[in-house]
Amino acid sequence: MNDVTRAEIAVVAVAELFRGDGEIVASPMGTVPSLGARLARATFEPGLLLSDGQAYLVDGDGTVEGWQPFRRMLDTIVPHGTRHVVMGANQIDRFGNQNISAIGEHSRPAKQLLGVRGAPGNTVNHRTSYWVPRHATRVFVDSVDVVAGVGYDNAAKAGAAAQRFHDVHRVVTDLGVFDFGGPDHVMRALSLHPGVTTAEVAEATSFPVETAAAGTTRMPTAHELQLIREVLDPEAVREKEVRS
Amino acid sequence: MADKRTTVDDAVAELRDGMTVGIGGWGSRRKPMAAVRAILRSPVKDLTVVSYGGPDVGLLCAAGKVRRVVFGFVTLDSIPFDPHFSRARENGDVEVTEYDEGMFGLALQAAAQRLPFLPTRAGLGSDVPRFSPHLRTVRSPYPDGEELLAVPAQPLDVAFVHLNRADARGNAQYLGPDPYFDDLFCLAAQRRFVSAERVVSTAELTEGGPVQSLLLNRSVVDGVVEAPGGAHFTTAAPDYGRDERFQKHYVDSAKDPERWPSFVDRFLSGDEAGYRAEVDRFAAEAVA
Repeated sequence: MNDVTRAEIAVVAVAELFRGDGEIVASPMGTVPSLGARLARATFEPGLLLSDGQAYLVDGDGTVEGWQPFRRMLDTIVPHGTRHVVMGANQIDRFGNQNISAIGEHSRPAKQLLGVRGAPGNTVNHRTSYWVPRHATRVFVDSVDVVAGVGYDNAAKAGAAAQRFHDVHRVVTDLGVFDFGGPDHVMRALSLHPGVTTAEVAEATSFPVETAAAGTTRMPTAHELQLIREVLDPEAVREKEVRS
Repeated sequence: MADKRTTVDDAVAELRDGMTVGIGGWGSRRKPMAAVRAILRSPVKDLTVVSYGGPDVGLLCAAGKVRRVVFGFVTLDSIPFDPHFSRARENGDVEVTEYDEGMFGLALQAAAQRLPFLPTRAGLGSDVPRFSPHLRTVRSPYPDGEELLAVPAQPLDVAFVHLNRADARGNAQYLGPDPYFDDLFCLAAQRRFVSAERVVSTAELTEGGPVQSLLLNRSVVDGVVEAPGGAHFTTAAPDYGRDERFQKHYVDSAKDPERWPSFVDRFLSGDEAGYRAEVDRFAAEAVA
């Protein structure tokens, strides 16, 4: 399996985010997160509900099993908490605050991005993970310009109502898998992808990251590789999202 | 029974400078673009635009119609950013009220239900309250004592929505997968205009789809406009999908201030019929 790509390892790492989630709505944003969610559903987490990106919940073969328009998502699924979202991030800080809104001063940004979208509501209502295809200091910053997704420090400052269901779970990048289990909920490495060094992670992160206890991200099984390559992503779109 | 049929230009003629205008749809999906194009042709300005934003927001910003945008995002879906909105923000040309997507819906729902606010967790701990200092929290009067964000009602002066079918009285039907928030936009507004791909008899509505697809009843609609292609270049499935080639042309033109005037000349300087004719010609160029 020497020919396994970094993208394929990342797909499996994202799939692992959903392990144990059961019958909840998985909402992956991006190619690798979508493949990861579909891989988890096709293997060890068959209960997951998957959106088609529009208004339908669909089985692995595309059979529609449910209706979930945007308003139902925001009125019931998000506040009810039966969801695990994997969002992208233009910036993330050591406490898990995430920015997809704008770079620079909010009143007149240097770069307008999407807006906060559903990130504030997602992060205080249900499990949230992040996917960063290119781990770099411009993403992993000392302080985010706009708090869209709420990190552990800001949830604590906002009080019990913000903390009650707050659950920023993991960050998967092209270098490794991270959580916020360090002292005061700071980001730490859980595993580095095969071949990645601690120096690489340190160089690509603006704040210190504890890597001493990190293991190595597991390799895809032969069955998982076959599913990724032949069933889920035969066009290899994943390779465009992650450099090898 | 009242025949509420009108033209998109007559509907837009009701707008006054400084009004708060709600625009239905979501991103680059089932946007009332014929109404947006009519606003571009009108002299109105200083609007507060309330929208799950797509090219409607970008176009209105580019034409100098907008004082403030109330939004949770502005995106073209298959293309992440609208260049006009980005430029308006980066030049400081528009003020914004930036809400979480769920908060945005609650603001419309509160207005629809004639409530001063609705409580939510969404927004707590984020920068949304920091950027909108008018926001307040409210403490639960019950033993839990939770302190939640109180999202104030967002009433609208006028709402524009685009659906697949309507009858002349204002009953309106969506035939695609998602109703979006179009009914809430109408319930939150003083004056409500629905454009539709086709205006049909009332009986044809339920012949064409399940009764649950009748999203708007006539009590929340003041004017009905027949506007085939009225959502173009956004999707109005199943009548048509997003015109990706045209959307890319819009973005490429919007990115380049040198190219934008020729886009305006070709597509936006005439009326809706002229727009549709040019779009047909643009589509034919791809085939040729």
